[in-house]
Amino acid sequence: MGPKRVSLDSRALEFKEDNISTNYIQPDDQLLSCFGWIFRCLFMASTEKTERPSELFIDLHVKYIQSLDTKKDDLEYWLTEHLRLSGVYWGLTALDLMNNVDALNKEEVVKYVVSCQHDNGGFGGHIGHDPHLLYTHYAVLILQIEDSLDAVNVEKIVEYVASRQDRQTGAFTGDEWGEIDTRFSYSAISCLSLLKRLDAIDVKKATEFIMLCKNFDGGFGSTPGAESHAAQIFCCVGALAIVNSLHLVDADLLGWWLCERQLKNGGLNGRPEKLEDVCYSWWVLSALSILGRVHWINKEKLIDFILTAQDLETGGIADRPGDMVDVFHTLFGLTGLSLLGYHGLKLVDPVYCLPKYVVQRVGLAERYHAKYGGFT
Amino acid sequence: MSFENYDWSDVVPIEQDDGPDPLAQIAYDPEYSKAMGYFRALAQKNEHSERALTLTEKIIEHNPAHYTIWHYRQQILFSLNKDLYEELDFIRNQVEQNPKNYQLWHHRQVIVEKLKDCSLESSFTEEVLNDDSKNYHAWTYRQWVIRTFNLWDNELSFVEKLLEKDIRNNSAWNQRYFAIFYNPTKPSEEFLEQEVQYGITKIKLAPNNISPWNYVKGVIAKSKLKIDVLEELCKTLYQQGIISPHALGCLVDIYEDRAKCGSINEKELGIQTCILLAEQHDTIRQKYWNYRKHVLTSIA
Repeated sequence: MGPKRVSLDSRALEFKEDNISTNYIQPDDQLLSCFGWIFRCLFMASTEKTERPSELFIDLHVKYIQSLDTKKDDLEYWLTEHLRLSGVYWGLTALDLMNNVDALNKEEVVKYVVSCQHDNGGFGGHIGHDPHLLYTHYAVLILQIEDSLDAVNVEKIVEYVASRQDRQTGAFTGDEWGEIDTRFSYSAISCLSLLKRLDAIDVKKATEFIMLCKNFDGGFGSTPGAESHAAQIFCCVGALAIVNSLHLVDADLLGWWLCERQLKNGGLNGRPEKLEDVCYSWWVLSALSILGRVHWINKEKLIDFILTAQDLETGGIADRPGDMVDVFHTLFGLTGLSLLGYHGLKLVDPVYCLPKYVVQRVGLAERYHAKYGGFT
Repeated sequence: MSFENYDWSDVVPIEQDDGPDPLAQIAYDPEYSKAMGYFRALAQKNEHSERALTLTEKIIEHNPAHYTIWHYRQQILFSLNKDLYEELDFIRNQVEQNPKNYQLWHHRQVIVEKLKDCSLESSFTEEVLNDDSKNYHAWTYRQWVIRTFNLWDNELSFVEKLLEKDIRNNSAWNQRYFAIFYNPTKPSEEFLEQEVQYGITKIKLAPNNISPWNYVKGVIAKSKLKIDVLEELCKTLYQQGIISPHALGCLVDIYEDRAKCGSINEKELGIQTCILLAEQHDTIRQKYWNYRKHVLTSIA
């Protein structure tokens, strides 16, 4: 069979609260990503893990990511053709945080990224795939890690990204087909910021659109009126940070909404009444970090949760303990741990989701971290 | 007609070119590989034909997130002037297996925009939400339909149905807010006060669920009311022995407001409530409640 994808079964949970039981809570598996989505084959592990890992097995995870570089016939598909570029970004960033950036050959990586660029400056998810803002952003992220921006036509990239903005609303479309989402606002703003070319877009209008997506609970959604969701919140808060407009966010209210994502098992969910997922260790924590309130999360419990989602046989991290691993959750588990100050990992920048030293090398300062009076 | 039944003899499939030492190779299913080979050949000459259309269906089956294929499909549908209502049916069949696929939802939007006909969309989204009442794509698409075609009138009763099924459905609460406040017809003050009462009734059914609390506070913020209107509710719950961090947190908000107006007694009550939350009733968020305590303590 071809690239297998098995959608996550809806988990049937008896959830008793206030003497009323709800029938089930749906897992929030495919919604998340600011960076696209990947196929994954998911099923509960057939053997129960009796040991709870209490440390991060870096060597195992490095080997896991390296092993994705070889042809495989088994069910562990970690990426599909249309977002191979995303997969490279996730893997490379994870390796860099684990101090193993050279585990992927730099020349090959750069050559591959270059091959995804189109004449109009945009990048596709793979060779021969249409240009799209998301992949254009990934391309720039990868090239910054590899310090190889000179390998591509930067001016064309700027032109392409700028062309995605609707000058009337300030919103960004993913591509010529017109899908609008605050994910794309973030991708555009982050991408241009990393190229030092924010001048190419109407920043004021872009900010206005993002603020239209602010909700009554202090959170942000994908479009005006859409439900607050941690991944969209990361996108909006990250974008606002880059354009120096964090003061428009109610940091106390949003900070509380974000820390309320933490469940009794220590894991984080993406919106109320949904299941925990390791990748929210990134979306929620990065937003909190930008707002200067990451300590509102119970650190020990979350670290414990992430570590338990490791697979000690194959390496890699899954969305929750017992599930199949994938490179997406491996990265975001690691970035979560990095934000919590876990030893052995490089510091990650909460706005760009790049190792901090890369952001510093690009010359972008940390002006954007909100201060709230130094209270801890 | 399935894609195999077309005559492909004139097409030379173009194989996947991953380069000499490809980064991250994928083992493909031979059927998928064949279809992709034909696609690359057809795309190169920009062929818009029935067989090309069927081919896109085949590829989507294997890889519904292949966005380039969806684009190609759209181009073919429009240039061949295909029946777009049939396409809506096609999407409806696909959504069952791929309810959370971005490309599929946007594809539907593109088709409906072209048709300028939204008559099927309410029941379409309702069907999907029956399967998964929190499907983010379904909700945001539904909002797009309502805004674009001005379908505000029945939305509150739709939300009501969903809240009856699951009072804790945060998406439904969000939609309620949307239906009232994003509506071009602005709500009256009287209506908002009714909504606050509605929220209070629902809070009593599930006091530990955050959604109605957020909703009610959101409505209050848009009305002439103050958060004090929730004070009785919070105290009653506590007296009944129902410990809800949201109720206690709401009291902290009320006390903080009054402390800022000079009430020393309420400042102290607020501090005590924060301690209660930090040490007993919401310990996982201890640091947050300690912050709230600090804020209260600092009020002159």
